[in-house]
Amino acid sequence: MEHILTPKVEEVKLLDRYTAKKPAIGTLYLTATHLIFVETSCNTRKETWMLHHLIATVEKLPLTAMGCPLHISCKNFHVAHFVISSERDCQNVHQSLVRLSQPGKVEELYAFLYNPKQDEDERRNGWGFIDSAMDFKRMGLPNEFWEMTDLNKNYELCSTYHSELGIPKTASKGTVFGSAKFRSRGRIPTLSYYHKESNAAICRCSQPLSGLSARCVEDEEMLQAISRANPKSTFMYVVDTRPKLNAMANRAAGKGYENEDNYSNICFQFVGIENIHVMRNSLQKLLEVCAMKSPTMSDYLTGLENSGWLRHIKAVMDAGVFLAKAVAEDKASVLVHCSDGWDRTAQVCSLASILLDPFYRTIKGLMVLIEKEWISMGHKFTQRCGHVDGDPKEVSPVFTQFIECLWNLMEQYPCGFEYNEKYLLEIHNHVYSCQFGNFIGNCQREREEMRLYERTFSVWPFLWENRHQYRNPLHKCSLGREVLRPSTLPLNFKFWCGMYNHFDKGMQPKQSILDHLLTITQKKAEGEKKMTDLQIQLAVMDGVLADQGSPTGTPPEQTSLSPVSVSHTAENAKPLMNGAAVEEAEIELVPTAGSEKMEPVAIEN
Amino acid sequence: MEFSEHIKTANVEDVVLRRPFHPPMQGTLCVTGHHLLFSNRDGDSSRLVLLLLRNIDAIEKRPSVSSGTITLKCKDLCVLQLDIPGMEECLNIARSIEYLSSLDIVSDMYPFFYRPLKLSLQDQWGLSSPEQNYAQMEELQDRWRLSHVNKDYSVCPSYPPAVIVPHSIDDETLVKVAKFRQGGRFPVLCYYHRKNGMVIMRSSQPLTGANRKRCREDELLLQAVIDGSGLGYIIDTRSNQQAQQARMTGGGFESKSSYSCWKRLHRQLERGKVLQESLIKLVEACGDHSHSVDRWLSKLENSKWLSHVHTALATAGLLAECVERDGHSVLVHGSEGTDATLLVSSLAQLILDPNTRTLDGFLGLLEREWLLAGHPFQHRCAHSAYSHARLRLEAPVFVLLLDCVWQLARQFPLAMGFSEPLLLRLAREVYASDYGTFLCNSDQERCAAGVKERTHCLFQFLLKPSEREHYSNPLYEPTELAIWPSIQPQSLQLWRGLFLRWTQHAVHLEKAQEELRNLVIECRGAS
Repeated sequence: MEHILTPKVEEVKLLDRYTAKKPAIGTLYLTATHLIFVETSCNTRKETWMLHHLIATVEKLPLTAMGCPLHISCKNFHVAHFVISSERDCQNVHQSLVRLSQPGKVEELYAFLYNPKQDEDERRNGWGFIDSAMDFKRMGLPNEFWEMTDLNKNYELCSTYHSELGIPKTASKGTVFGSAKFRSRGRIPTLSYYHKESNAAICRCSQPLSGLSARCVEDEEMLQAISRANPKSTFMYVVDTRPKLNAMANRAAGKGYENEDNYSNICFQFVGIENIHVMRNSLQKLLEVCAMKSPTMSDYLTGLENSGWLRHIKAVMDAGVFLAKAVAEDKASVLVHCSDGWDRTAQVCSLASILLDPFYRTIKGLMVLIEKEWISMGHKFTQRCGHVDGDPKEVSPVFTQFIECLWNLMEQYPCGFEYNEKYLLEIHNHVYSCQFGNFIGNCQREREEMRLYERTFSVWPFLWENRHQYRNPLHKCSLGREVLRPSTLPLNFKFWCGMYNHFDKGMQPKQSILDHLLTITQKKAEGEKKMTDLQIQLAVMDGVLADQGSPTGTPPEQTSLSPVSVSHTAENAKPLMNGAAVEEAEIELVPTAGSEKMEPVAIEN
Repeated sequence: MEFSEHIKTANVEDVVLRRPFHPPMQGTLCVTGHHLLFSNRDGDSSRLVLLLLRNIDAIEKRPSVSSGTITLKCKDLCVLQLDIPGMEECLNIARSIEYLSSLDIVSDMYPFFYRPLKLSLQDQWGLSSPEQNYAQMEELQDRWRLSHVNKDYSVCPSYPPAVIVPHSIDDETLVKVAKFRQGGRFPVLCYYHRKNGMVIMRSSQPLTGANRKRCREDELLLQAVIDGSGLGYIIDTRSNQQAQQARMTGGGFESKSSYSCWKRLHRQLERGKVLQESLIKLVEACGDHSHSVDRWLSKLENSKWLSHVHTALATAGLLAECVERDGHSVLVHGSEGTDATLLVSSLAQLILDPNTRTLDGFLGLLEREWLLAGHPFQHRCAHSAYSHARLRLEAPVFVLLLDCVWQLARQFPLAMGFSEPLLLRLAREVYASDYGTFLCNSDQERCAAGVKERTHCLFQFLLKPSEREHYSNPLYEPTELAIWPSIQPQSLQLWRGLFLRWTQHAVHLEKAQEELRNLVIECRGAS
């Protein structure tokens, strides 16, 4: 690797950011993909790995008595303060990391190197694991009001949308193409979520090119078609997620928002979410609060307030709640946009979907949602995450905010979600790590041009395989089709220590309820499985399977034994139960409710 | 005394009751000596709402021509509203509530009238006595003795009749030491650390005054505490400046010259009025739903409640560190030694001692360190956050303790044998209770009022098999280790279970707790 000037530096100190504890001493390695710190000062081998692409900033500070400080902060909010004794080494590491953390082109990203030993078939199947088109089928589409069209199959209609779009049946091709000309970057109103129960739909688009007075008949027809697709409602909402002032400023540039007089039966509404630049600065301030060394409670709370971060989270949540309420209670369709319709619009549409539909509160459902509302609708992941060296003004924590809103919902509804906090953190991590191809590229077309599906792997099968870790043991399916109505009172928005101080283990609760519950439920599941196996064995011993000849054999047909015959066999098997094998069985026997009748056997032993 | 003379209108029909989580209910309101009784007969089912008058912190009345509305703000932070037909009735009822909710004479209070069928006045009152506590700690008995110098409460009115002091210090010396400490609160042992034999002592401030008076016996006692181990720490819960100022009013601190083997550390903990006002501001902020995130955070900051939580935990952590990590004995005091001192010493014990983290152990700790140690509950908890009455001696020190314990339990969810519902229950009982446990200001007062003979004991009740289950932590896995809390502001949270208890938020959390309990029981049954 031509960028690595010094692959290994010894006697490096890793400082604890918050306490005056002694720094850890170890060796720093630079590999092609990671920075690795191996602690040598403690007996257990402790390693800290940082992926180069996750590094947001590397800063070399002036030489001190201890050595030369090097501050690294990552996009997943991992922060490390190293002190390197030789200034030259520090200089070299700094220089290498600056280069490695900002690849010049997409092809240098980790995903193009990462090879999890899967063959071509597995890779291809992996990419098919989540199919957003299937989700429209799940919602009951196409139906008498909506159809799926391939008008955008060559990305001629809109270069940043994907190829298959849901549009109202009554909208003609002319209407669609006409409307595209009147919408910023051709991002026409298209279906995001269809609410079967009410026939109301959430649609999304970009701002209209209305300027100070421009109109477009096709666009007006398009909105009417959407409205008509929900025949029971006499009106539809048009939600502009920007602050009114921003939207008005856009008018001067030939863009803007819908004039209520020109569109029939629309109810127009601003919801006031700030733009990507405000959000970026706000996060910066929040991270400064997180980095404060032993702040007082007042410093911290004042800093939190001044960052404005939670105010923005609330604004996004409020908008999501507004949408869900419009659909579920007013039974009205909603059209949502911001400027380009790929940031704030993605946030609020996906949040509303989660509130409305329990499917998105499942592990797989969230994958589908992210695929559908973010990846295929052209959220500019490469630019927003700063994957490659580019315009820093395009970077913004839009996706992070969505994940944080979701976490806030989970805090309010501890039993409402199939997944847990770890799942959110893992997804967030992968969005930035570029280990998989899913979050590379700014839109579908770019991904195809990069041939991502042939050269990288998909993250979804990988997450699915590890789903047992992401389970919420308290999840209750019985909540059923319930629409979530979270409270958006300011006092419900909390600082997310698990995200922003995730790597500062000292700040997290020292014992995790989640881990504990995962362990005990896992044990229970294993116990139940052993129980079933044992019942089968007992049945064999009892002679039900005498003709098999092997008392330990567990042929498949045995799994269908009725409980009655099992308890019967258990009693008969009593005399046989002694020796080591039974000792082991005893532990497993007591558990399951279904095995009550077997208990005496175990106790007598 | 006759309550009836304060009840002009005992019954009103067609009253509408509004309260959190329930639709408005119409029914009959009835005022008794200790309760508001609301009953509603809806077809066959009749529902009864019983509210202890003592629980009412503030009452606001808005009479109009033919009816009136009374808003009741309770000490458990619940807010209720009664729409009463008839202005006269409304005013009468309001007057009764005002009077009966703030009875001053202990023996008039409800615990003296509460006679449930399942409990008997012959049941044991309290969990343990100083004698029993001492007898249980065999390992300290060769160096420490149980002194009965205070058996008639004459040496220190706020101490229990028996206390643990160094073996070498006789009762005569103690009497002299008591004269040198505010309120007679001479240094006594409150915790013995088995691992290294170090102890936590507590007392009130020494009365050195402006002339830097000394007391030979006091110095001897403290010398006997460290006996050969070289150095001890004094954690003074006031700032250095406050301690200096205290000399002007006759108080003071242990100077380096007189107590050469003791090192003083000052940590300023707020108390009294400041703490009460902090609670008032916090509750006000939690109840105002109109403001923005910025305003909420600013109000939360301004209330300083979390700062108090932070300081209390930090100081307790420091104390525990002195004992466990540095291996030194520690004396804690502020001025009176009945508030911040107890807060810090009990939190440190929770950090260090696994025995205090069981349900029984925790209630035992509260009995030893708060009830017997003379925290003036009646003064401190006369009013809560809503009262408009002029503040006198109120201070939510005990609520602050419960909040800190909740923070500990949040950071170590498996280490505590008791659950959040217990803390919430205690937070309620301390202000208004059917039980006599939190009545009066000291053991002496409780004995004089006959509390132990004529009321039931809350702690005994909470440990009954029927209650125990509800107040135990289903995740409890005892650990012998000290539990060191993180005191970074990010690691501390607003105790939503208490302060947002009457919002919708709490309902989902309660459901989740129930779900968790069921899940654990199910899994436990399986393994």
